[in-house]
Amino acid sequence: MEAVLKTAFPFMVITAGVLIGFQMVLMIVAYTVLAERKVLGWMQGRVGPNRVGPWGVLQPFADLLKFIFKEDITPDKSTKFVYFLAPLVALTCALLPIVVYPFGPEITSVDWSFLPMGLGEGVKALPLTIARIDVGVLFVLGITSVGVYGIMLAGWSSNSKYSLMGGLRSSAQMISYELAMGASVIGVVLLAGTLDLGGIIRAQQQSTFRWFIIPQFIGFVVFLIAAFAETNRTPFDLPEAETELVAGFHTEYSALKFALFFMAEYVNMFTVSMMCTVLFLGGWYVPGLSHVFEVGSIPYAVVSHFAFIGKICAFLFLYIWVRGTLPRFRFDQLMNFGWKFLLPVALANVIVTIIVVFFLNR
Amino acid sequence: MVGTALFFLFAGFAIMCAISMVYHKNPLYSAISLVGVFISLSCIYITLAAPFIAAVQILIYAGAIMVLVVFVIMLLNLDDDSGPNRLKYLYTLGGGLGVVLLAQTFFIFYAVMRASNVPSDQTLSAGKTLTIGQAMYTEYLLPVEIVGILLLMAIIGSVMLARRLAQPQLEIVVERESELRNDEQ
Repeated sequence: MEAVLKTAFPFMVITAGVLIGFQMVLMIVAYTVLAERKVLGWMQGRVGPNRVGPWGVLQPFADLLKFIFKEDITPDKSTKFVYFLAPLVALTCALLPIVVYPFGPEITSVDWSFLPMGLGEGVKALPLTIARIDVGVLFVLGITSVGVYGIMLAGWSSNSKYSLMGGLRSSAQMISYELAMGASVIGVVLLAGTLDLGGIIRAQQQSTFRWFIIPQFIGFVVFLIAAFAETNRTPFDLPEAETELVAGFHTEYSALKFALFFMAEYVNMFTVSMMCTVLFLGGWYVPGLSHVFEVGSIPYAVVSHFAFIGKICAFLFLYIWVRGTLPRFRFDQLMNFGWKFLLPVALANVIVTIIVVFFLNR
Repeated sequence: MVGTALFFLFAGFAIMCAISMVYHKNPLYSAISLVGVFISLSCIYITLAAPFIAAVQILIYAGAIMVLVVFVIMLLNLDDDSGPNRLKYLYTLGGGLGVVLLAQTFFIFYAVMRASNVPSDQTLSAGKTLTIGQAMYTEYLLPVEIVGILLLMAIIGSVMLARRLAQPQLEIVVERESELRNDEQ
């Protein structure tokens, strides 16, 4: 019994981490939807949703209930299997990167020897990530690039011209902007010397400027623009341009399947904001906090964690702000901008960074 | 124990996807099955402590190349008129190649069984990004450069081909249009 418990304990810890982490991200995502409607309402001189609960705080749950109880319609001529597969692919690929989120610094001050049966023996630190992967940056980029299949397959299998147009536009757009996004990340990786998300945060603490946004400002701007395009948000929301394509790739989807796409879009926004925070704004790192609290203690971890979430929320607000402000690009403008402006700028940034890093390390 | 179970899980999934890729008539289903093969291969790489290769496998094969393939299939919207009679000789060719592949597999099995079973220290660090980068840019610099030049040639060549093909076609279309208009007048 004891031996079984000892082997199962790491899996139990990881399962608990997955439950807590996913729950937290999904709650923030649910309230991002409400915040978007509220903020857009204020920007347009409206009130926004205010019927369900005080100030409409229960609106996300009401929306979810509505999605669950609506009739699930499958188009007659659709390719059934792919039609079911597409939203699952979209949401799975959106949720998987949560596994490598660096939620906060390691907690090293707690003595784990109070756990029964010697389970805490030899445990020195509690990392606030679910899985520490050596190649976190590549993992996030790779999984989000697989997420395109959800949109493409949805567009193809619905057997509707609007959906197909939306799917094609979306895949072309995501292929184009993925390159610029990857090239803008290379600068940060060169400065940090690692592909591990936690390692990048630690490298920023030890660097001269504390945050990589200062030496990598061009990379930051390119990444931010590419991130808007990758998540299909205004001003790059051509895949679901409602005035031309009804609703783009999810025109034929209803009820819970539509909700899955909707959730995937907002979780992707969260992931991209997390990447922006980790790569350019120091992740959970607050300059000067180590003078207030001891490094590795619980208050230090808690304050750092809330700083991390706060930075992400600032980016989410930026998304909403831009949506309320900017009109949509035309498709040829989008392609020209991606290939002829954003990609060369990102590559030039990489070359300059390589030269600077080479001379600094000599 | 857990590693072996995971290996058989992912290997079985990879083989299932490979079979379904070969046997599906619809090219889009074949493409999706191939993506399944790539993803299960990358899972196997992760269990073998090679996270960099796993991430690159997903990023390049599943995320970039297969997206382009699916994109083309969606654009062309192929019908099921593959014409099996015309390609009969391919069965014999494929069968012969299959026998060669099978013989190679058995040879590798034989070689692995005969080799002495020494666990090396290199296996743990071999999959790390740092080790791969150092090996690529010191020991294997020449092959990397050659592959880089080859890829650059391929890019330039494809751009040239696309341009050269596009212009005459456009001229033909314009000529036809003008002929049609002359006929109407």
